[in-house]
Amino acid sequence: MLAVNFLLLAAVLFCIGVYGVIARRNAVMVLMSIELILNSVNLNLIAFSLMTGAVDGQVFALYVIAIAAAEVGVGLAMVLMIYRNRRSIAVDGLSEMKG
Amino acid sequence: MNAVILAADGVNVAQNVAFGIIAAIMIFAALSVVTSKNVVHAALWLVVVLAGVAAQYILAAAEFVAISQVLVYIGAVMVLFLFGIMLTRAQIGKEFGLTNSAWPLGIPVAVSLLGLLAWVIIDAYEDDVIPEPAGPTPTEALSDQFLSIYLLPFLAISFVLLAAAIGAIVLARKD
Repeated sequence: MLAVNFLLLAAVLFCIGVYGVIARRNAVMVLMSIELILNSVNLNLIAFSLMTGAVDGQVFALYVIAIAAAEVGVGLAMVLMIYRNRRSIAVDGLSEMKG
Repeated sequence: MNAVILAADGVNVAQNVAFGIIAAIMIFAALSVVTSKNVVHAALWLVVVLAGVAAQYILAAAEFVAISQVLVYIGAVMVLFLFGIMLTRAQIGKEFGLTNSAWPLGIPVAVSLLGLLAWVIIDAYEDDVIPEPAGPTPTEALSDQFLSIYLLPFLAISFVLLAAAIGAIVLARKD
C-alpha cells in the first residue's frame, strides 16, 4: 500500500470540508463540514501509525474522536440557542459583533 | 507520478483495489455532503463518509479505532446531527438558502489548498510503500499506551467530556 494514497485521500476530504465551511450558510451544515475535516486528519494519523509501526497515531486518533464528540455536542447546543433567539441558523445573519 | 497508480510493484493488489473503491465512494459522498440541497440527505451522505473512514481504518489494521469510529460517529454524533436538524427547521425536503451568496469563493480556496497539499505530499512520500501490516493492532497495545505515557491526556479528556456535557445542557436548557 502506497503512503501517498492515504495522504491524498485525506487531503481531498480536508479540502471538501474547507469548501463546505466556506460555502454553507446553515450552521448545522458547517458543523458537518468540520466533521469531514476532523475525519481526514484522523485518516492521516492512522496512516502515519501504519507507516511507523507505532500505535501512538491510533492513540491520537482516539483523542481526536473524543474531542470531536464534545465539539459536536457543544456546537449543536449553541446552534439550538441561536435558533431559539433568532428563528434562523444562517451563519451570515450573525453580525451583531461589529467587526 | 506513478505513485498514485493503485497496483504498484510489491504491494497487495486486493488491499489497493478495496482502498480505491472505498476512496471513490467516500469522495463522492463527501461532495454530496457539501453540495446537497436537502439537509437530511446531507446528514445521510455524511454517514457514508464516516463508514468509509471506518472501512479504511480496518484496511489500515486499526480495528479498535474503526470500532470507536462506528460507535461514536455513526452511533452518537449522527443522532445528534439529526436531532439538531429536527429541532432547528420546519420544512422537510428541498431547501433554498443553504449556501452563502459568496459560495464560489470556496472553490478556488479549496482547489488551491488541495494543489498545495498534493504537491507537498507527493514531494515528500513519492514512492514510499507502507509495509504490509502483520495483523490487526492488538487493543492491548493501545491500552498500554493510554494507561502509561498518555495517562494525563486521558484524564484531561474525561474532564473535557464532562465539561462539554454540562456546557451543552446549560446552553440548550430553556429558562
